[in-house]
Amino acid sequence: MTFLKRSPWILHYDASSCNGCDIEVLACLTPLYDVERFGIINTGNPKHADILLITGGINSQNRPVVRNLYEQMPEPKVVIAVGVCAATGGIFRECYNIVGGIDKVIPVDVYVPGCAARPEQIIDGVVKALAILEEKREKMTGEARHAAEAGEST
Amino acid sequence: MTVMVKEEQTTTSVALEDLIREVEGLHADGYRLVQIGCTDIGGAYEINYSFDKDYQFRNLRLTVGPEEEVPSISGIYWGAFVYENELHDLFGIPVTGINIDFKGTFIKTAEKYPFSVTRRGGD
Amino acid sequence: MPERIIVPFGPQHPVLPEPIHLDLVLEDEKVVDAVPSIGYIHRGLEQLVQKREYTEYVYVTERICGICSFIHALCYCQGVEHIMEIEVPDRARYLRTIWSECSRLHSHLLWLGLFADGMGFENLFMRSWQLRESVLDVLEDTTGGRVIQGTCKVGGVRRDIDQEKLDEMHRALDPFEEECRDLGDVFLNDETVKYRLRGLGVLSKDDAYNLGAAGPTLRGSGVAVDLRETGYAAYGDLGFKPVVETAGDCYARCAVRVRELSSSIDLIRRAIDAMPQGPIDVKVKGAPDGEYFSRAEQPRGEVVHYLRGDGTKHLARARIRTPTLANIPALVKMLPGVQLADVPVVVLSIDPCISCAER
Repeated sequence: MTFLKRSPWILHYDASSCNGCDIEVLACLTPLYDVERFGIINTGNPKHADILLITGGINSQNRPVVRNLYEQMPEPKVVIAVGVCAATGGIFRECYNIVGGIDKVIPVDVYVPGCAARPEQIIDGVVKALAILEEKREKMTGEARHAAEAGEST
Repeated sequence: MTVMVKEEQTTTSVALEDLIREVEGLHADGYRLVQIGCTDIGGAYEINYSFDKDYQFRNLRLTVGPEEEVPSISGIYWGAFVYENELHDLFGIPVTGINIDFKGTFIKTAEKYPFSVTRRGGD
Repeated sequence: MPERIIVPFGPQHPVLPEPIHLDLVLEDEKVVDAVPSIGYIHRGLEQLVQKREYTEYVYVTERICGICSFIHALCYCQGVEHIMEIEVPDRARYLRTIWSECSRLHSHLLWLGLFADGMGFENLFMRSWQLRESVLDVLEDTTGGRVIQGTCKVGGVRRDIDQEKLDEMHRALDPFEEECRDLGDVFLNDETVKYRLRGLGVLSKDDAYNLGAAGPTLRGSGVAVDLRETGYAAYGDLGFKPVVETAGDCYARCAVRVRELSSSIDLIRRAIDAMPQGPIDVKVKGAPDGEYFSRAEQPRGEVVHYLRGDGTKHLARARIRTPTLANIPALVKMLPGVQLADVPVVVLSIDPCISCAER
């Protein structure tokens, strides 16, 4: 398990998914796939979360909810869009109430395709997200050190 | 082998002023409310009130114009509010006297009254 | 009188995988009123009929909900078939029945898991979902999809299950039934579970009927209504009796679902035994002209697809009434009187499927 340095916590939100991807996200946590053995835990609290896992496209009513959840999460954070609806709106893209993919509202780091996305794909997406999370963390700590050093010199 | 089962479905047209009386009659006969649905039939709305008793499917059909007010049946079937709020939010049909009236916030849509032809874009 | 406060519940809530919002009016810890508001996942897919041909719209109906997906497609196809007077081959009717019951099994196991999670019984949640995976394996093996199958089409089904596979499924049913019985035993007889569920969120028989509740929510209150009794697909040949409990509390609704696991297994077994030979689909020509209220029994209750065609490739109207929408009034009646800490369990007891309800 060299790719996993820490135990990331996941926040799952259903934007306007049909439930297909949501139950596959939950299936990842249960005995057959069991991501909890890697220390990955599904949390309900955005302030505890490192990774935001979103299924389904954005509609007019959940737009502020998604933004709010994202803003509550501490830095560094990554966003995974699970399923084609989260990527582009998918089969519902022509519906009057669908704005489009998640990236219309918040920045997305990893796109997991599929309708519904399979648990293996979702886990793969989480692994990719971890690498990005690590990168962001290093960048943040690097900047902080830089700022501290700059502060000392003056 | 039996063949595919097709249900007997009776549909009765009902006038706006008779609606409450007819629904009360069905309630007294022990029918349960299955659904209220609406169809746009070119400038007017056709509202179907569906009931069921022992798998006998009955339908009351009401035709109303775009601005016509429809009385709520939530006084008879308490649970009708979900469908009646839907009628209002999606079609823009003014339903009067709903027990729990969300006043257009039950289903919030980007486009106001998306199923309405006459009111498209909101007013 | 204690002061009243309003506690918002949802839309993003740990116990619910889907967003629904309730404004709970509380007096101390006791709920006195609950006002639901939905719309967080409203997509407006009823209007897609204008953009998809009636044969393509099956894919959209499958995605109304990823849990009840097969039965949505079945209900829609049956409606179109009735309007167009298409006689579906017997083998297709039986295959549809098998897949419907598989969907019910996986849905009920999913719900039992979520319900256990809602009660704080984490171990039981994991156990239910582990068992559910074996149903998903069968679905994937026979249809190619775990949650969205894509096998139902207007005029029949798209895939056949060969005899070898049917025999294998039949053999697997006995050990599976055994495991379901063990799992159900915990839900029905465990003292802590009983303590949490007995007498909670009571819905009387009259209320359940008059509020238009559906499925296990209705049957848990002693009303024997199950659309499978009307004999659509192959249920008419197989014979069917609805599962009914009378207490009307969360325990009764849970018991209905636990006992429906056995009834579903039994239906699959009998469908495999009586599986007729022959084609699995018929050619479909023309376009639907007419209307029909197609009804089917989903894991969550009665679903109604009102379909209306005007002789063109595009339906004039599809109106879908899902069981969760019908159960919302019942939920609003159940909540007053329960403690705030029990609200998640009561909400889960109707098996809310919000993406169904909002379409």
